[in-house]
Amino acid sequence: MVAHFRRARSGGLSVTFDATEARLLRHVFAEMLELLGDSGSDVEDDPLAAAVGIGTATEAPEDPALARLFPDGYTDDAEASADFRRYTEPGLRAQKRAALQTALRMLGEGGQRLAVSDDEAGAWLRALNDTRLVLGQRLDVSEDWDEIAESLTPDDPRLPLFWVYDRLTYLEESLVQALW
Amino acid sequence: MEVEETGTDEVVVPDKPWVTIVWNDPVNLMSYVAFVFQKHFGYAKEKAHKLMLDVHEKGRAVVSSGTREEMERDVEAMHGYGLWATMQHDE
Repeated sequence: MVAHFRRARSGGLSVTFDATEARLLRHVFAEMLELLGDSGSDVEDDPLAAAVGIGTATEAPEDPALARLFPDGYTDDAEASADFRRYTEPGLRAQKRAALQTALRMLGEGGQRLAVSDDEAGAWLRALNDTRLVLGQRLDVSEDWDEIAESLTPDDPRLPLFWVYDRLTYLEESLVQALW
Repeated sequence: MEVEETGTDEVVVPDKPWVTIVWNDPVNLMSYVAFVFQKHFGYAKEKAHKLMLDVHEKGRAVVSSGTREEMERDVEAMHGYGLWATMQHDE
């Protein structure tokens, strides 16, 4: 992926994806929405609680990638973490989904320069970062992940995911630099 | 911040017994972590950068302190950004 975000002279940011990049991003963001939509917080069990944004899940999600997106809130207090989760996880889940949906809606088919407002840039930042967190968990990424990626043989099944992770990292770095 | 006046000249400033801690993780970009500290807490770039380095090199850093309610808001915001944060009573 050669696409990167840059400051636009007219204010805001801009980015241009080619068709392959747009397709790849659409794919990973859609998978993220599916992962996040698979609610661990059983909100439908309690419509009243759901109506005011309170969930019923009190334990971290079983899927380690989801557990990384929604970690415990207290360092060493399971009970307080459970309460914290009930009050925050539904809202955080909705926020993460909204960010992914914003990015997806803007993507298009590629080949066109996208104008990105500062608000939209915030959504892109969350969408890219959350996607990297999930990929990083799946790949068991460590600090020296790029050395590991370089040592993989061409037939290693992890190679495509590492490639995507690397591209998303580059894209996110360009976005952070453009925003600072 | 509310400052409680007592009967004497003594002014009791509420203590800030809770802290938000951000933990190191291998995925979040260093630039991103510093950006989040600046954006959410309003810290100057230098302070945000220093805190990010503390997280990276020491494995964790206290990024804010305040009441329990304030720290819950900070931890929730950090989770929204994808940072690994927890809160605890500052002992």
